[in-house]
Amino acid sequence: MKKFINYLNWSMLAGSTIIVCLFLIVILIELFSKGLPAITIDFIFKYPSEGMTKGGIFPAIIGTVLVTLLTTAFAVPFGIACAIYLGEYAGNSRTTRLIRAAIRNLSGIPSIIYGLFGLALFVQAMRLGTSLFSAGLTLGLLSLPYIITTTEESLKRVPTTTREAALAVGATQFEMIKDVVLPVALPDILTGIVLTLSRAAGETAPILFTGVTFYTSGLPGSVTQEFMALPYHLYILSTQHQSVEQVRPLAYGTAVVLISVVFILNLVAFYMRYKRRRYD
Amino acid sequence: MTNNKKLSTEGLNLYFSEKHILKDVAIGIPQNKITALIGPSGCGKTTLLRTFNRLHDLLDYVKITGKVMIDDTNIYDPKISAVEIRKRIGMVFQKPNPFPKNIYDNIAYGLKVNNTDPYRIPQLVEQSLRESFLWDEVKDELKKPAIQLSGGQQQRLCIARAVALRPEVILMDEPCSALDPFSSLKIEDLIRELRKSYTVVIVTHNMQQAQRLSDYTAFMYLGQLIEFGTTKEIFNNPQHDLTKNYVTGHFG
Ligand SMILES: Nc1ncnc2c1ncn2[C@@H]1O[C@H](COP(=O)(O)OP(=O)(O)OP(=O)(O)O)[C@@H](O)[C@H]1O
Ligand SMILES: [Mg+2]
Repeated sequence: MKKFINYLNWSMLAGSTIIVCLFLIVILIELFSKGLPAITIDFIFKYPSEGMTKGGIFPAIIGTVLVTLLTTAFAVPFGIACAIYLGEYAGNSRTTRLIRAAIRNLSGIPSIIYGLFGLALFVQAMRLGTSLFSAGLTLGLLSLPYIITTTEESLKRVPTTTREAALAVGATQFEMIKDVVLPVALPDILTGIVLTLSRAAGETAPILFTGVTFYTSGLPGSVTQEFMALPYHLYILSTQHQSVEQVRPLAYGTAVVLISVVFILNLVAFYMRYKRRRYD
Repeated sequence: MTNNKKLSTEGLNLYFSEKHILKDVAIGIPQNKITALIGPSGCGKTTLLRTFNRLHDLLDYVKITGKVMIDDTNIYDPKISAVEIRKRIGMVFQKPNPFPKNIYDNIAYGLKVNNTDPYRIPQLVEQSLRESFLWDEVKDELKKPAIQLSGGQQQRLCIARAVALRPEVILMDEPCSALDPFSSLKIEDLIRELRKSYTVVIVTHNMQQAQRLSDYTAFMYLGQLIEFGTTKEIFNNPQHDLTKNYVTGHFG
């Protein structure tokens, strides 16, 4: 009887795992079988043409790369600085616990809310208009709580004995953080950042009202211009286009490119974690 | 004990949260001598050592009362920074804790933060590695990560790191516990060498080592300093029954 219950437990766990994996495999097969044929050199390097029924997605790729770079520039320095302050200097009072809880809650806010907030603050109040800049700032805001949380956790994992070693030779707290704590925590911090950015790169809602547009005739020449982006392009092709059926292969192609970008970023994170484990 | 007192405490009490760990400790550690700190596990030897270089500052649940002095300076004077104190008092920890850097940088880092002339650093690194008997083993792989050394080699590296800075006082928390008898003896030679210019406080569980090495011995028990005197007195003519039982091995 006990054996039977054991077997039942095992088969339920194994069964759930298999079902989840199956879903994943079906999605990937579906995507790649329909998307891969659309991917050609022209698809990657050409502009959309003839009402987006022909041509490629070059400006959307570049737009996504640019807006992600801006996001990085805004979120990474502030995120790391915040995490260092919270984790190393602020201590553990009621106020700092409250701040930590608030930051954690921020990462639970739906991304469309960030979009509306970005519209109100950056686009309208700060008069930055719908632009790369506004969209980058909005995605930066969305990414900050994740970067702060993962960075603070990485810092916390640096052992006390290692910190004490630095203090005992007469390092100041700042020297200890800069020369010993940060280098040890860096692979973990970078992993967190890359995963966060890969999430930001795939977001549509935050850039929807803040800078993305469905078609531009050229690449954005400055951060004050609107831009095209992969997730939004996909959204347009699959729901807003007048001949949705006709452009379906292009939509799948775009999806494959987007997934590949996210997948490559995840691989980078995985590699960094792997290298770190070997070093320990 | 007519010597100058390098480190001293008066009415020192230390609490971890509500737990009373050091109880009314008064000790005067003589300059340019080796003082051994002995006592059963958990009696507060490490805790006492760490009050001298203010490492307890990191914990917010520690309360310290009483006086802790280096020469005529109050170590806990709010006007004095812990960094300043730690530059004068070096430490070797109970467990080896090299920096996650290569062998060379493990020693060079301390020199750098102490504003040593960069041109002198390579020479000082070599000298301190020689003094801690590690040079011959590592001289061809100074760029190797220190964590790849054996436990005993790591501990000698940590000793070299402390010695390289030439502090006024060196605190050593069981520096030989991870070493084979042969390297232990060599480290003892080094410590004897250090006595000429430094004050050394060493925690040890090895009674032979305490007798071979130290000029003075302090016996602690349950957070109290039971007896402090020359090593000869403590081992040959202890005044206190607890001390007698401990040094003769009849403890328990
Ligand atoms: N960070 C800490 N927080 C709370 N209690 C502590 C802390 N460090 C030490 N203690 C307690 O203080 C007491 C003294 O510890 P300490 O490490 O000074 O002993 P010790 O004499 O060095 O022992 P050993 O010979 O085993 O190293 C112990 O009861 C220990 O549990
Ligand atoms: Mg100890």
